[in-house]
Amino acid sequence: MRREMKKPVLVVGPMHPLQEEMECFHLTVDGEKVTDIDMRISYNHRGIEGISETLQFDQVPFLVSRVCGICSASHPLAYVQAVEEIAGVTPPDRALYVRTIINELERIHSHALWVGLAGHFIGYDTVFMWAWKYREPVLDLLEEITGNRNNYGNVKVGGCREDIPDELIPKMLKDLDEIEKKMDMLIKAVLDDPIIHARLKGVGILSKEDAIRYAVAGPTARGSGLAIDVRRDDPYAAYDDLDWNVITRPEGDVFAKAVVRLLEILESIKIIRQAAKKLPDGPVAIQVKEIPPGEGTGRAEAPRGETFHYVRSDGGNRPVRHKVRAPSFVNVPSFKASCIGSDIADVTITLAAVDPCYSCTERLAVVESKDHKVICDGEELIKLSREKTARLRGSKG
Amino acid sequence: MNQQELNNKLAQIKDRLIDIEQKASNRIFLLCEAQNNFDVNKFLFEDVGARFVIATGIDGEDCFEVLYHYSYDQTGCMITIKAFIRDREQPKIQSIAPFLPGAEWIEREIHDLFGIDFPGHPDMRRLILADDWPQGVYPLRKDTSRTKPPTSAFVPGKACGQLGRTIEGVESSREVKE
Repeated sequence: MRREMKKPVLVVGPMHPLQEEMECFHLTVDGEKVTDIDMRISYNHRGIEGISETLQFDQVPFLVSRVCGICSASHPLAYVQAVEEIAGVTPPDRALYVRTIINELERIHSHALWVGLAGHFIGYDTVFMWAWKYREPVLDLLEEITGNRNNYGNVKVGGCREDIPDELIPKMLKDLDEIEKKMDMLIKAVLDDPIIHARLKGVGILSKEDAIRYAVAGPTARGSGLAIDVRRDDPYAAYDDLDWNVITRPEGDVFAKAVVRLLEILESIKIIRQAAKKLPDGPVAIQVKEIPPGEGTGRAEAPRGETFHYVRSDGGNRPVRHKVRAPSFVNVPSFKASCIGSDIADVTITLAAVDPCYSCTERLAVVESKDHKVICDGEELIKLSREKTARLRGSKG
Repeated sequence: MNQQELNNKLAQIKDRLIDIEQKASNRIFLLCEAQNNFDVNKFLFEDVGARFVIATGIDGEDCFEVLYHYSYDQTGCMITIKAFIRDREQPKIQSIAPFLPGAEWIEREIHDLFGIDFPGHPDMRRLILADDWPQGVYPLRKDTSRTKPPTSAFVPGKACGQLGRTIEGVESSREVKE
């Protein structure tokens, strides 16, 4: 009897080529084509949900803002909304607007970060440098409002901790004009480049049906023609009072996701500008004395998609159960639908296209895996990806 | 569908439920026993067209609860199926992953953290816990200590599903050592 041929397996990870976080992909390949993908996460599980049950209700926002450095505004917001639902309190109007502004600033800096990384991985280092340079003023604004560039810790049950001082508003609007000009230039440069079109169009397609079956969220869903956005569907903070659009694209490829993110930067600027102009007067928080027994769900649209928190209280001063669902937890498994059938050179950018965030996905001791033999490491994959772009460039130029 | 039509639609599955709780205009809880959970999920996902968000495992006083959260985006309504698992010794609930692959990971996570079994799940390997985490210690159960490390002896290998074992032709080095 002839021994059956083993299929070659390409191991990507546990150090991911794009996000510099720990996860591992096993790609089964047939020549250059990927025929199966298996994923392994949780090299760095921190047990946030377990820790949360040992903290008091007012300490948890600081914990959940550390679920993810980038989404450090949307996780606490989703949590406090869940607790406010249990307590039946509505924060003052000014607090709702302050929350909106901080969350949108977060979205701009997160999307800009992604554009930069994505550019780097297809061999566009100028895009990387521009995007990160123009992201800096956004972080400066966040620092001026909350005191921190990341991990703002600005929301609490019943409102916000820090107010936006009125004298900061004119400066903020001026900075926004500058940011908008620069972002506009970046977006045009990216979307007008024929090589980027050739490199990203038709790559890593996630169909609308698969998007529903894998329950994806955020730009990953909107790039596949699913018009879902919690800010519009189940409005929170001040999004109901403001005029803005949900960006969707029907194609489902990497390019569609890039377009969605880039255009969302402009929508976010629009939202912040309106919110800053309409910022109501009054206090920024009300006192919430106790949390009654009950259960509440809170959700917020983080840069990567819907962040969902479920909190249950038994009337004590600590949650008895606190569930955290970050968008990457549902977006990452969708690789099964989008990577199979694509070239190895396209895998890095397809994996990067959902903007995966592993600190969010895992949330509990670092475990080292000694079992995996690395056949082809991250750097080689990036090299493959960059070479493909160079080939395209050569054939067009 | 508007909210009223949605409520009427949900009433169709009433015979499988213990109760429908409406805690707010856009927060609906469907309470059911574990054996009816699969049908209710299928109804909600396929007939109502709600979007799966996530599932939550809870160690209740005398039973385990698994909450399946769905979002009905046309009205912004959160619909939560609350399934009660009365058997604390061998908790199990039928997996919904065969028709909803988006639920694969979360059911593996609940299996890791609460020890709830999901019959019918296509790929029940460990997701969250480390390979050398002892068998039978479930971190989020109320009787598991949050501060002390598990003391049970190290149980190597097999049941701790290592990545790659399902891929044809790949051998884990740990198995080779054994």
